[in-house]
Formats: sequence, C-alpha cells, structure tokens
Amino acid sequence: MNRSYQIALRYAAALAVLAAAGFLLPQWAVFLLNLALSKGLVVLGLLVLWRTGLISFGQALYFCIGGYVVGMAGLYLDLHDAFVLLAFGTALSLAVAVLVGFLVARYRQIFFAMLSLAFSMILYGVLVKTEALGSTDGFNVGRPTFLGYAPEGEALAIVSYLFTLAASAAGAFTVWLYLRSTLGHLTTAIRDNEVRVEYLGVSVRGAIHAKVVLAGALAGAGGVLSALAVGHVDPEMAYWTTSGEFVFVTILAGTGNVVAPFLGSALFELLRTYAFQYTPYTWQMVLGGTLLLLILFLPDGIWSLLSRRKAAPSTRREA
Amino acid sequence: MAAMLEARQLTKSFGSVIAADQIDVAVAEHEVVGIIGANGAGKTTFVNMVTGYVKPSAGQIFYEGKEITALAPREVTRIGICRSFQVPQVFMSATVFDNLLISLGVAERDLVRFWRPMRRPHLEAEAERLMRRFQIDAYADQAAMLLPQGVRKMLDIAMAVVHRPRLLLLDEPTSGVSVEEKFGVMDTIMAALREQRVTVLFVEHDMEIVTRYAQRVLAFYEGAIVADGPPEQVMADEQVRRYVTGEALPAAAAGPSGGAQAKPEIGDA
Repeated sequence: MNRSYQIALRYAAALAVLAAAGFLLPQWAVFLLNLALSKGLVVLGLLVLWRTGLISFGQALYFCIGGYVVGMAGLYLDLHDAFVLLAFGTALSLAVAVLVGFLVARYRQIFFAMLSLAFSMILYGVLVKTEALGSTDGFNVGRPTFLGYAPEGEALAIVSYLFTLAASAAGAFTVWLYLRSTLGHLTTAIRDNEVRVEYLGVSVRGAIHAKVVLAGALAGAGGVLSALAVGHVDPEMAYWTTSGEFVFVTILAGTGNVVAPFLGSALFELLRTYAFQYTPYTWQMVLGGTLLLLILFLPDGIWSLLSRRKAAPSTRREA
Repeated sequence: MAAMLEARQLTKSFGSVIAADQIDVAVAEHEVVGIIGANGAGKTTFVNMVTGYVKPSAGQIFYEGKEITALAPREVTRIGICRSFQVPQVFMSATVFDNLLISLGVAERDLVRFWRPMRRPHLEAEAERLMRRFQIDAYADQAAMLLPQGVRKMLDIAMAVVHRPRLLLLDEPTSGVSVEEKFGVMDTIMAALREQRVTVLFVEHDMEIVTRYAQRVLAFYEGAIVADGPPEQVMADEQVRRYVTGEALPAAAAGPSGGAQAKPEIGDA
C-alpha cells in the first residue's frame, strides 16, 4: 500500500470517528466540537496567510459577515437552508475579501495586520450603531433546515455538527490541494523572497490578493457555521478580540498541516471552557499563560509535536 | 544585424548622483557581452533598468524593437529577459530541488496547471536535468540557506534560465566564488547557456573572466560607457586602463595629472 493511500485512509478513519462522536458524545461536547470546527475554518485561512509571512488581525470581518448573512437572510429573506446560507455567506465574504484585498495586498508585516484589523473594526462600529442591523444585541438565528429536512432538539445538534464536519473537511481538502499546487508553494516562496517571485514572472501582489480572498472565504464559511451552531449573531463577532482569538489558535495549532487549525481550535475551546469553569475571574490569565508557554516551548505549535514524532529523513521525491 | 536590446539616452539619477548618464548601446542576438567598471560606475544600475527593477529617469529601452522602459520585472521576465543577482535571490527555506520545482511550475504560465500538484514527473525530471547541468545535484536536498555561496549562485542562475530566456543578464556570476573555482563556475554557466543559445550580458570585476568569456566588452565609468568593443581592444583603451582596470599609465600618456587619477584595482573592491 503506497504512502498517499495510507494517509488518505487515516484521514477517512479520523473523519468517521469524528462523525461517530456526534452520536456518542454528550450534547455539550458536540456543541463544543461544532464550534471548534467552525472556527477552525477561519484559522485554516490564517494558516495560508501565515505561511506567506502575513498575519491578519482582521479575519473577524469575514467571520462576522458570514454570521450576519445567516441572521439577516433568516430575518429579511426567510432563508433558512444551511446549504444556501453557507454558499451565500461564503460568497459574500469572498466578494468583500476581493475588495479589501486590493488595498491590503500592497502591505506587509504590521501594516498588513493593522489594516486588516481596521476593516473589521469599521464593521463592528457600523453594526453597533445601526438599529436595522441589530445594534449591540445582534440577531437570533432561526432553526436551520438541511435541503428540506428540519431536525429539532438533539437531532438538530447532531445534524448541524455533521454539516459543519463535512464543510470543514471540504475546506481542509481544498486548502490541502491548494498548498501542494504550484500556486500553494508560492506561499512560502513569497515569504522567503518576493524579488525572485517577481522575476519568475508572477505578480506578488496578485498572489497575496488571492490568498487574502481564500482566507476571507474560509472565514466567511466559518462565520456561517458558527452562527448556525450558536443560534445568535452579534457585533462581537467583528471585534478585534475575536480576530485575536483566531491568531491565538494559529499559534497554538501551528501551520504544519491543514488538520492543525481544527485540532488547535478544539484545544482552545476546551481550554477556555475549563479555564472559565475553574477560574471564572482569571480565565484570561490562564489563556495568556498558555500562550506564553507555547511561544517559549512550542513556537511551531502543537502540530510540531506530531510532526517531530513522525519526522523521517526527507527526500526530494516525497510529496 | 538588428539589435535585440537597445538603450537610448538611458539616464538614472538618485538625487544629485547620476548613476547612468545618457547610455546609448545596442546588443545583437547571441552576443556575449561583458560589462566592466569600478564600483559605482553604473553597471548594476544599467542591469536593473533593463530588467525593470528601477525605472530610468530618462531615455528608452527597446527589446526586439518594442519599448520595454516601463515594464515591471514580471513583465520583463515574461517577454524573455531574465536575470541573476549579485546577491543570489533564492528561496532560502526551500531545498535546491524545490527551488527549481517552484520556478519550473511557475514558468508554465498556465492558471490551470498552477493548481496541479507541484511535484509532477516532467517537472521533477527537468529539475534533475537542470541540477546536473549546473552541477548542483549533490546539494538537491539541502536548504538554500545552508549552501556555499558558489552553489547558491549557480542555483540563482539555474532559476533564471527555467523560463528559457532569450536575453540573460548575470550580475557578477563569480563574486564570492573562490579563485580556484571561478573558471569552472563560468565554464559550467556558459556551457549551459550555449545550449539554449541565449544572448548574455554579464557584469564582472574579474578581467580574466571577461577576457576569456566575453565577445564584446562595455566599460562603464561614472554612469557612462567609455569603451565598447572586443575585449583586447577595450582592455587596451587608455580610459579603461586609467579608470577601470586601474593600470598605471606612463606619465606622458597619463597627461598632466599622471597616474594619480588611477582608480584602485577593481578586483579589490
């Protein structure tokens, strides 16, 4: 059995276990996993940017757009189908990312980070001040349907989770395909040497723009799924702390593999839940301390633990 | 013969410093041209202008009869002009093999193929061939950041030729290469380029290299070309001996100020 086939089989088995977990785990754990997978999609987009040497502190912009598409489409258009909402939210986030990309793709380092942050804070300000957009309270999200199927209660939690799992797997697979392509390999190439990339005949700005759009679309999809899981959207989704949370998870997870964002996201949700339960007044300190320890001892994130364990001498023929 | 590359009144100033001063030059297809001059003479500025890295303050550049003065580096590459750098511009965290694979993948210039896996048999075979051609196959799996300078130079040039350029500009291909290795390095480079029938302009400080490999030499001094012709003719030129190679001239020939104006030996720079 060749190596690629073994890896594919391993991931298929992991997906099956995760799907089964939806039926076996208590409802609170399924909800936690659902949320972790939704936010993992946002972090997956950050992974693409991170590998290019760019840190975005504004992914909450697209996350919030995705979420508000769910809230507003239900309220004003009576749209509740999860598939339609996911397509709509992703497409709108992608369109906004195309526009934002024209500006941010010109910048690097702190300027890129701060500009992306600025856009999300503008959206936050607009949402907070606009009554028609729910102001500070936001919207409750109606019960979603799935191609006409309208589950309730525990069944809804399971179906919603499975829907998120399928969407996350599709997102991870897309990014995996992207990263192994020539276009994907330009991520680290741009980080290493923009001059050479230009002299290979590629527009660095165009390539970065494409990555901003991909990351934006993934964050929008994450926002849709998160809104469907939580059942509520509010301006906090666009606030800078939400973006900071995604950056935190990227550091926690590492950028070595497309699975890492989901693993990191799940760990983060668990860490926050337990920190809040056992140290309700100082839970932020627990998160801060964790971040500090990670940077000191695992600068490449938790995925580096796994990749170190299975590290083998590399050859040029390895995929 | 019609000029492949032509510069007309090409000028570049950085504030009050004139780095290129109304350069007029034409290069024919398949020529191998050496560019010499002391540090700050305008050699690299000329290469940078031709390849779109800096925009001229005045003047025009033509390639195969079409004006390319305003083109960006990527556009210059796409029309068949490629370059290597004084400081090699490679992807430091990638291996030699992956540096070439990325370059080859990009050189396909096909949006659909861009989405296909980078590791494809025909690209891998071409990368292997290039590594052998430039004699860097022993370093295939080494990250570029760990390479000796000479190997990194070779990689830089190999990455420049993946586009099968028609005009290649090499900025100091043997700088940082040991004296013992420099002819071997140049032999390898020129053999690989002859195979592709590339027109070559190379900037070089080493007069032995220039004399041996160039068919024609352009000598720069203070942003202008002071001599242009076959190597032996240019090397014998009085201005070149005084300002470029820094050879002491007999007092009578050197004029009233004698050899005092002679610049330092450029190989020391």
